[in-house]
Amino acid sequence: MNPVRVVEGRAVPLERSDVDTDQIIPSEWLKRVERTGFGRGLFSEWRDDPDFVLNQPAYAGATILVAQARFGTGSSREHAVWALMDYGFTAVVASSFGDIFANNAASQGLVTVTLPADALEELTRLVKADPSRLVVVDVERLLVEVPDATWQHPFTLNALTRERLLHGWDTIGLTLRHDDEIARFESTHWTPRVPTRFAP
Amino acid sequence: MPRTLYEKLFDEHLVASPPDEAPLLYIDLHLIHEVTSPQAFDGLRLASRRVRRPERTLATADHNVPTDPPSTPVSDPISRRQLEALDENCREFGITLFPRGDEHQGIVHVIGPELGATQPGMTIVCGDSHTSTHGAFGALAFGIGTSEVEHVLATQTLPHQRARTMAVTIDGTVPPGVSAKDIVLAIVARLGTGGGAGHVIEYRGQAIRDLSMEGRMTICNMSIEAGARAGLIGVDDTTIDYLREHVIVDADEFARLAARWRTYVSDDDAPFDREVTLRAEDLVPSVTWGTNPAQVVALDGVVPSPQDEPDPAQAEAAARALAYMGLEPGTPMRAVTVDVVFIGSCTNSRLEDLRAAAEVVRGRRVADGVRALVVPGSHAVKRHAESEGLDRVFLDAGFEWREPGCSMCLGMNPDQLRPGQRSASTSNRNFEGRQGRGGRTHLVSPAVAAATALMGRFASPTEVDA
Ligand code: SF4
Repeated sequence: MNPVRVVEGRAVPLERSDVDTDQIIPSEWLKRVERTGFGRGLFSEWRDDPDFVLNQPAYAGATILVAQARFGTGSSREHAVWALMDYGFTAVVASSFGDIFANNAASQGLVTVTLPADALEELTRLVKADPSRLVVVDVERLLVEVPDATWQHPFTLNALTRERLLHGWDTIGLTLRHDDEIARFESTHWTPRVPTRFAP
Repeated sequence: MPRTLYEKLFDEHLVASPPDEAPLLYIDLHLIHEVTSPQAFDGLRLASRRVRRPERTLATADHNVPTDPPSTPVSDPISRRQLEALDENCREFGITLFPRGDEHQGIVHVIGPELGATQPGMTIVCGDSHTSTHGAFGALAFGIGTSEVEHVLATQTLPHQRARTMAVTIDGTVPPGVSAKDIVLAIVARLGTGGGAGHVIEYRGQAIRDLSMEGRMTICNMSIEAGARAGLIGVDDTTIDYLREHVIVDADEFARLAARWRTYVSDDDAPFDREVTLRAEDLVPSVTWGTNPAQVVALDGVVPSPQDEPDPAQAEAAARALAYMGLEPGTPMRAVTVDVVFIGSCTNSRLEDLRAAAEVVRGRRVADGVRALVVPGSHAVKRHAESEGLDRVFLDAGFEWREPGCSMCLGMNPDQLRPGQRSASTSNRNFEGRQGRGGRTHLVSPAVAAATALMGRFASPTEVDA
């Protein structure tokens, strides 16, 4: 994973709450064995609609998705994160996220920014008023900014997630430094083995 | 200091808690399937890593398998490729796999318990959000993403931020006709889709104690629909009796294990971060009307009006849901007709579920124009049901009796709704397009699904004799 310090670009407002991962990437896309190429499937059930916000030329090339409450709930499919990133998003702003989605995002370097509802509303308003506005998500300083409107709002990020983003750490590599502790744990752990003989 | 069950499980599996890193938990059982694992195995190969504990890993093909007889080839080349990848990966890394057609194959959350692999006191993960199902056994079980699957394969551990605890207590006895599915729909409606976020829920109270293990699995299964990572139910006699049938060990060993398993309960007076109580007497047979599992109404009720929703954002979501579902506020649910009835999924595809549905169906016919299908959760469930003659009951009534798999729960295989079709489904998600593009899903219990198939509209089992 590449380090992420600051994300900047245009933002696109997705004015819907409860966007679950089935909406982000429908199940027909999950048959693929690759990690790439999911951008075409992003929100695919909505993209047939010419009025859907991602189809509006004013928002072309946006890199920040401004969502609402409970973004990414439901299925654990990491494909949702791959689809958002493959499409070109590098950050998602919302008032809350599904737990598994947020974990998946952190593991891939997609920044999830949680803002209180009123700040989110204001950001949405600013972006709608002028879609060409630059929006900045600063992981280092934990700030979302709209410089030309002199608007900014702080956000919190789990300290560990922030470090991981800033350094682009490989979590498996980090864990393997605890190899001795894992081996020691295994030598005394009581749980019986998973059975190898199964009930008929 | 009294501890909750979650805290006991967390403490017992803590491998390391390094400063500035998330606590590292040991994973006892890792279940994998074809959809969320191929990219994880690729990652291992790229980094020249091995699977640390293949003997703690079990694989099955369930999400995209066709539910036709195993002798028919998989017609979709992309699905076939994914199933082959699972075969190859399990062979290369030495993992036990139950492929399509295998006597042990089935939906991952159905086979874990029935093979005796799911045991109290374990940590269990799977690249699937409904892993919470296994919490019914007093095991800490939760869904993970593909990168985490790779992490567990490589290290048999997972960084896990300590969750908050929530007790959901259901006191009293449920009225007749109220099933585990109705109980959990009421819980999800009460908490909302985000109400459980950041929490592990422990279900308690008489109404939970009264449930069989199957019913308890239905409850824990849908914890994720309230946003919770995991659901838990403490071990009691019901748990031990189930395990006696499913874990193959000799009697002495079983007694030793059972004594240990019984410790997986919350201590009396252990404090929870949040407590929610429902009265069993208030619960009724229920059905979802919208596009998320918290949008629930009584089967006797009417389609709600967005105008009654005080929160403007929720009102807008409700209006959008009604437009998608093609429903008018005020319509009695019993007047809503269906095109398809699906009995299956990791929520409701176990023997008890099929028995409940068959009891309603026996000697009757599916309504004209309704496609009704039963997809047993596993080959074991299917064999057992057939030995009781349940397949004949369904087939004689005009149901399809299919091979095990996730099937129409998520519409990855050919079992799908067509645009505009409406289903009564015993699965767990009524999201837009979940069962097929443009499909409209209503979640119900197996008994209500069966009655609905016979009547062609939402109906309770008490109506079918009329
Ligand atoms: S039956 Fe449905 S919810 Fe359960 S594991 Fe399969 S796809 Fe997931």
